[in-house]
Amino acid sequence: MKVLVTVKRVIDYNVKIRVKPDGSDVDLTNVKMAVNPFCEIAVEEAVRLKEKGIASEIVVVSVGGSEAQEQLRTALALGADRAILVESTANTESLNVAKLLAKVVEQEQPSLVIMGKQAIDSDNNQTGQMLAALCDMPQATFASEVSVADNSVTVTREIDGGLQTLSLQLPAIVTTDLRLNEPRYASLPNIMKAKCKPLATVTPDDLGVTLSAHTQLLGVNPPPQRSAGVKVKSVAELVDKLKNEAKVI
Amino acid sequence: MAILVIAEHDNQQLKPATLNTVNAASQLNQPISILVIGSDCQAVAEQASAVSGVDTVLVADNAAYQHQLAENTAKLIAELASDFDYVIAAGTTTGKNTLPRVAALLDVAQISDIVAVKSADTFVRPIYAGNALATIQSLDSKKVITVRTSAFDAAGTDGSATITPCGLVHANAQSEFVSEELAVSERPELTAASVIISGGRGMGNGENFSLLEKVADKLGAAVGASRAAVDAGFVPNDMQVGQTGKIVAPDLYIAVGISGAIQHQAGMKDSKVIVAINKDEEAPIFQIADYGLVADLFEVLPELESLL
Ligand SMILES: Cc1cc2nc3c(=O)[nH]c(=O)nc-3n(C[C@H](O)[C@H](O)[C@H](O)COP(=O)(O)OP(=O)(O)OC[C@H]3O[C@@H](n4cnc5c(N)ncnc54)[C@H](O)[C@@H]3O)c2cc1C
Ligand SMILES: Nc1ncnc2c1ncn2[C@@H]1O[C@H](COP(=O)(O)O)[C@@H](O)[C@H]1O
Repeated sequence: MKVLVTVKRVIDYNVKIRVKPDGSDVDLTNVKMAVNPFCEIAVEEAVRLKEKGIASEIVVVSVGGSEAQEQLRTALALGADRAILVESTANTESLNVAKLLAKVVEQEQPSLVIMGKQAIDSDNNQTGQMLAALCDMPQATFASEVSVADNSVTVTREIDGGLQTLSLQLPAIVTTDLRLNEPRYASLPNIMKAKCKPLATVTPDDLGVTLSAHTQLLGVNPPPQRSAGVKVKSVAELVDKLKNEAKVI
Repeated sequence: MAILVIAEHDNQQLKPATLNTVNAASQLNQPISILVIGSDCQAVAEQASAVSGVDTVLVADNAAYQHQLAENTAKLIAELASDFDYVIAAGTTTGKNTLPRVAALLDVAQISDIVAVKSADTFVRPIYAGNALATIQSLDSKKVITVRTSAFDAAGTDGSATITPCGLVHANAQSEFVSEELAVSERPELTAASVIISGGRGMGNGENFSLLEKVADKLGAAVGASRAAVDAGFVPNDMQVGQTGKIVAPDLYIAVGISGAIQHQAGMKDSKVIVAINKDEEAPIFQIADYGLVADLFEVLPELESLL
């Protein structure tokens, strides 16, 4: 079966971002970029399905500028078979990304789509669910375990109260949580091989999608800064401060 | 202009998250209806009718909605949304699962996890693990929003809304509930607790969390954890606090053996008072702690328990 995986190019998770002085947006100049960690987990899950002989082909898709080819190559080095870049830098809010991905899904007809649960830049947590609605497919978000049978996929989901297990008919959409797997590192030979794997570029026009803006970013501010307080010397002093100074216990 | 708030519940109890969500919705100064979707959920409808500031409670009570799966509940909400300008849910795993599906069916954006209402169409939400706050204007006529409940107080419960049944049933042949493993705890829920004590990798193992539990019992506190502690299998996933776990803002947050990675801070830095207990004085958690104690947690916790 064919598995489609989405990867988003985002800021590296170790980097602490800064807001531009004019408050228009965050400052991403010269910032280290990477594959969104949840998407890496999605790629890994697909590769494992292929290693088990369940997946026959893994197609990775990204929506973004031409620089997102870098993240697609990373996914190819991790084991994906071919890549599609939907080149679009305007209006890439989640709903529009979902609309573009829906066209790719229509063309590719995958049995399973694996996505990250959230992009660590926007922290939106919505694209997978939106894509599921647009394709009228069932969804299992926040997956920590995935097992594929003939015509269905059984997914354990991390929910607020604990864990929930669902069974979905294929084709279906799964979004990954952190504990689904631990992604491998790409080996040097695989990084070399990835350079020769096919990477196609399409535009929203090619896909027949016209995008309009649904939201407008009015500004970005740094959050209120907390400053370090005091160091206490003993547990007794801590208890005293909490009782008599902070008055929280 | 009217607001539809989706109730968070388990067919028996209305969850406190609904109260925070209604409070956020009330800042839009429009009539509010609550929608309860479930099965055998009349008790929830009655609790919802007591939420202050709510005019109507709509109840879609049908076996098809027992587990509130997104495939059919989203269709129901999208259908009912024709009478409303806002659809709002708590940013819980249920809200996060369902509401984007509703937004896509309505062909509108979803504004996720708002922490402030600026005007009828403009909202503030954290991005980049809370390291920036974005002010976002919705250009859609219908607005689909999830609320970061820790940023809003709870609405009162002295209301008396009318309860109206809603007979619309959408079947779901696409997905099926298999099982559930819910954590049972005598302690308050993380997102509703006024005191939280959390342990990290420094706890060493799961058994050692009993040291935290003893302190928690004295304080009536909930117990949380860092991702490292959950990944290491010390404690279950529902205890994770952070960017990708639960977002909390209690009066008092005590971080024990937690280094304070940005992803962890994202889930707790809005707490009123933060205490950090860590043996490494360079740990980043101390940069945001009101009270820091550089010491070995295995000595501190028993002493803390005895002094409380
Ligand atoms: C996409 C993504 C999302 C993430 N989401 C989250 C999230 O939601 N929540 C989260 O918490 N993390 C999250 N993380 C992980 C995060 O980056 C850190 O790895 C994690 O928070 C570290 O947990 P920790 O502080 O317990 O462990 P460590 O960083 O290993 O820190 C352990 C601390 O314990 C101290 N210690 C050890 N022994 C003792 C002792 N005897 N007495 C006192 N102190 C002691 C050490 O000095 C150290 O500071 C995420 C990461 C990624 C990539
Ligand atoms: N521009 C994009 N290109 C490819 N995948 C994306 C893009 N935006 C979002 N996604 C996918 O959707 C997931 C959730 O993103 P979000 O809803 O923005 O938090 C991500 O983890 C990706 O797998």
